[in-house]
Amino acid sequence: MIELVDVALLLLLSVTALAIVRQQNLFAAVMMAGIYSVLSAGLFVVMDAVDVAFTEAAVGAGISTVLMLGTLALVGHSEHKPKHRPILPLLVVALTGGVLVYGTLDMPPFGDPANPIHHHVAPHYLEESEHEIGVPNVVTSVLASYRGYDTMGETTVIFAAAVGVLLLLARGPGPRRVLVNGLWTTVAREEESPELEADEAPATEDDEPKEDDDG
Amino acid sequence: MIGLGLFNYWVVIFLMMVGFYTLIARGNLVKKIIGLNIFQTSVFILYITMGKIAGGTAPIFVQGEQEVVYSNPIPHVLILTAIVVGVATSALGLSLVVRINEAFGTIEEDEIEDTAL
Amino acid sequence: MDDRVILRVGAKILIPFILLFALYVQFHGDFGPGGGFQAGVIFAAGFILYALVYGLGTAKRALPPTAVYVCAAAGVLIYAGVGYLTMALGGEFLAYNVLRHDPEHGQELGILLVELGVLVTVFGSMVAIFYAFAGRRKVQT
Repeated sequence: MIELVDVALLLLLSVTALAIVRQQNLFAAVMMAGIYSVLSAGLFVVMDAVDVAFTEAAVGAGISTVLMLGTLALVGHSEHKPKHRPILPLLVVALTGGVLVYGTLDMPPFGDPANPIHHHVAPHYLEESEHEIGVPNVVTSVLASYRGYDTMGETTVIFAAAVGVLLLLARGPGPRRVLVNGLWTTVAREEESPELEADEAPATEDDEPKEDDDG
Repeated sequence: MIGLGLFNYWVVIFLMMVGFYTLIARGNLVKKIIGLNIFQTSVFILYITMGKIAGGTAPIFVQGEQEVVYSNPIPHVLILTAIVVGVATSALGLSLVVRINEAFGTIEEDEIEDTAL
Repeated sequence: MDDRVILRVGAKILIPFILLFALYVQFHGDFGPGGGFQAGVIFAAGFILYALVYGLGTAKRALPPTAVYVCAAAGVLIYAGVGYLTMALGGEFLAYNVLRHDPEHGQELGILLVELGVLVTVFGSMVAIFYAFAGRRKVQT
């Protein structure tokens, strides 16, 4: 029964991924990316990774979709048709995929308890966690205690990413780059200053720089 | 569960290649980030697949039961944090896209290149 | 805004439960699925829903951006602070056994504090990122 659910979810994931690639409307692509996240969360439940499924459902289908939609509201939502036939990318992808499939032939079969991954530190965590940590959820005890140093790094990365986003977006619009006599030049946006609040100052019409583009 | 053999890995590779293709063949920067997310999720599925034990259950101790097989918790821990880090780094990429759009007026890669020539 | 009564009333009913659920996920993480990462994201999602329905200005009055930035930084400080505390008490960095007399209780306290740090950072970072995207104006190009 689990095999059936597993196969069905994997096939649905593949179909969704293909649909995302073919979709020209970016709004639809983002919504399908949300569907893709929910499907993978379902797959994680089938694979006993309930904590991961929880996170994927909250992050992938929730926050990630909201951020993507926020970006689309700022940059527009239609994708241009590719100008040339994607023969080279298809070749590269087919080749890489072929090599990877060849690589899996040496992988241990799925779900076998004798796989090497299950005989390193995992038995120690599963057997000793109850006495050493006293927390029933082994994922929590490994996350916060056995590998607490790792998690501290991850937390710092999230903080750093947030700082990066704020550095890029928290101030007003950045300068515009235009081509003047064959050289990229930075042009300040004249009628706006970075301190302006969101509700005032209508967006400027950048007609001048556009004319410079031809020059 | 064992009967599936390597099927999961092959689907993972397929998803990975779909993401990779989107990344290299599409010029739209938002589409590239969506492709990167597909790629990322396929890696998550690869890890979780490796952690699964046939007939196992989620690694949360059941009171009073002795003979319970638990799936491997280590991939779960790694991927759990990777998902949240992934959305934070995607946000960083998206904010770069927003700034590129403000600077060049487009997010299509070839248009940015065309104006540069 | 006024014509979306169902949305506004529905969100008003939902948001307290979302925040409460996030706290449940946080403190029940030792016994079931959950923990700081999930709780932080759900807590942030509650505020993002509020901002989406009632507008960014209202959300920023309820939760000022400065508070969000302080949250994002404070979580990392809490996490690292627990590490230094264990060092000051004579243990290794992030070895919680020394936090209490009983090693098991020390571990429980340590995990609680560390997960709190994760919750605060994830919540702060996610809301800060959302504020940055939502507060951005579309620029005519």
